Amino acid sequence: MLELQHVSKHYGERVALDDVSFTVGDGRMTGFVGGNGAGKTTAMRIILGVLNADPGAGSVSIDGAPLTAVDRRRFGYMPEERGLYPKMKVLEQIVYFGRLHGWTPAAARRNASELLERLGLGERMDDPVERLSLGNQQRAQIAAALVHRPDVLVLDEPFSGLDPMAVENVQSVLSDYATGGAPVLFSSHQLDIVERLCDDLVIIADGRIRASGDREKLRDEHAPAVWELLLSKDAGWLRDEPGIRVLSSDGGYALFEADSDDARQQVLRRALDHGDVVSFGRQHVSLAQIFKEVVR
Amino acid sequence: MSDYTTPSLTSSIALVTAREVTMRLRSKAFLISTGLLLLAVLASILIGSLVSANGSTPKVAAVGGAIQTVQADRGLTYVATDSQAEAEKMLKAGDIDAIILDSGVTPANPTGLTVVGNDSVPNDVVGVLSQTPHVELLDPNAPNPLLTYFVALGFGLVFFMSGITFGSTIAQSVVEEKQTRVVELLLSSIPVRALMAGKVLGNSILAIGQILAIAILAVVALTITGQRVTVSALGPSIIWFVVFFVFGFIMLAALFAAAASLVSRSEDVGSVTSPVTLLVMIPYLLVITMGSNPTVLTIMSYVPFSAPVGMPMRIFLGQAQWWEPLLSLVILLASTAVVLWIGERIYAGSLLKMGGRVKIREALSR
Repeated sequence: MLELQHVSKHYGERVALDDVSFTVGDGRMTGFVGGNGAGKTTAMRIILGVLNADPGAGSVSIDGAPLTAVDRRRFGYMPEERGLYPKMKVLEQIVYFGRLHGWTPAAARRNASELLERLGLGERMDDPVERLSLGNQQRAQIAAALVHRPDVLVLDEPFSGLDPMAVENVQSVLSDYATGGAPVLFSSHQLDIVERLCDDLVIIADGRIRASGDREKLRDEHAPAVWELLLSKDAGWLRDEPGIRVLSSDGGYALFEADSDDARQQVLRRALDHGDVVSFGRQHVSLAQIFKEVVR
Repeated sequence: MSDYTTPSLTSSIALVTAREVTMRLRSKAFLISTGLLLLAVLASILIGSLVSANGSTPKVAAVGGAIQTVQADRGLTYVATDSQAEAEKMLKAGDIDAIILDSGVTPANPTGLTVVGNDSVPNDVVGVLSQTPHVELLDPNAPNPLLTYFVALGFGLVFFMSGITFGSTIAQSVVEEKQTRVVELLLSSIPVRALMAGKVLGNSILAIGQILAIAILAVVALTITGQRVTVSALGPSIIWFVVFFVFGFIMLAALFAAAASLVSRSEDVGSVTSPVTLLVMIPYLLVITMGSNPTVLTIMSYVPFSAPVGMPMRIFLGQAQWWEPLLSLVILLASTAVVLWIGERIYAGSLLKMGGRVKIREALSR
């Protein structure tokens, strides 16, 4: 488990991170969301040790012990600032990064080829990076982050610039890592991908963590409890039910709030008496809505 | 797992060094410029040997009584003739370099000969026929001033050229990593120290390799063309030059790396490294213009930036006591260590700062 506790970072007067604490559990895909300049990149750089947090303020730990340089060699990192050596060949370059992390030449080569095949770059392994399209360079960048089979993944915007096929591809690679028990932290502006992919969420704004934890729990906490009912017949009777406020209705459809669970259960019983119930449930609130709600 | 070990600092440095060297060796520009440099060295030696071999014996026509003198004399190719008019015709046609006449021994002309030239004084012929007084030297072992000048030029030029060439190479390679943004990934993989040390080491190996190639080529070419230089006179100073060069170059490379890390675009490298370039240029200019001044040379031999040129010069001239190169080397080593330490801090502090030029103070206060 990767854990940040009370981490702060100031650039002169400007506060980049203010008492940031959150955890990335083993095997948990954790989405890190926040607006531009909210502090995602700063937090990730501090985790990787390429940036120092304010001295004396807080800690970054792995499985309860402070993170060391040796631990960090076992991290897979995709920085916000993308880039590879333009003139080096794709395979050669990925092998180089594998070796920098301590793999033998043969093993690094094997890892790199497998990974590039899987990311759809099998045909381009001997091309210099500068000849790849931007999307393919992005895939190579992901390969560079994963070639050493890291124990922990920290990826800054891994999906930006990828076409839907590639997104699918990268998603499955990352999911495999999480299934294998690795903590995976990734940031993204594409909230629909985060919603589909993540188990946990960390929401940051203005350098402060606004909410973090299990995605569904956050949904419960931060989305208004609004219920939807769809009947085969008119739902007008709902307006007369005690403890129920109808927010909108249209023929057999009604959107309502309930004062209590009892009142809500009562609605379902009455609905069955009135005729066929097509659906009954909590209104689905998208991550985008939760995000707006939390950050507001 | 046997496929994986936690990388040590040394192995990280070795990987960065190896990449630096292989990428440079693969660059056409580097291979072509090295090839041209080697060709230039070879050409200058070959041309030098051709020019010196061209001192062929002058050809003259000897008239009448002069024939005997010329016969007895050394080193003149001659045509014997009785007619001065015929000889003058040959001289005008350019078949001979001079005519030698017997004009009788007089107090004003003790050789008794007259040399006739066409449009200029035929110095080589005159030289052969002149009587030279006996010469004695008080200090026969003092180095020949011309040789001294060329040795100074050689040390100065080699240090200057490789300082500039490989200094700017290392600067470009630092900025390339910033400009292509690959640096953040590198920093998350290996310590900053390993990255900088690998770069400095890789480029130092290339620089020293190039110097060795030049030296070997020069010695081979000189031997083949039969111009055996007095190696015994040059030997000790060349060995010291190599020792000083290695550490002096490492210091320069660290300075170039630190300076270049302050900017993010290759266009800005020139302006930010120009103070370092100046440091490389000064010893070269000094040793050429004021190399004969012992005071200047003594100061140069202790200042770390010019010691790689100054100290070998003094050793060559026999001016240095046995302990002087050692003391100067200690000073150079200490300043190299300090420069590496400061350079590493500047490098670490500015690598992730993109955009404009980073101020040194900003870089140091990471």
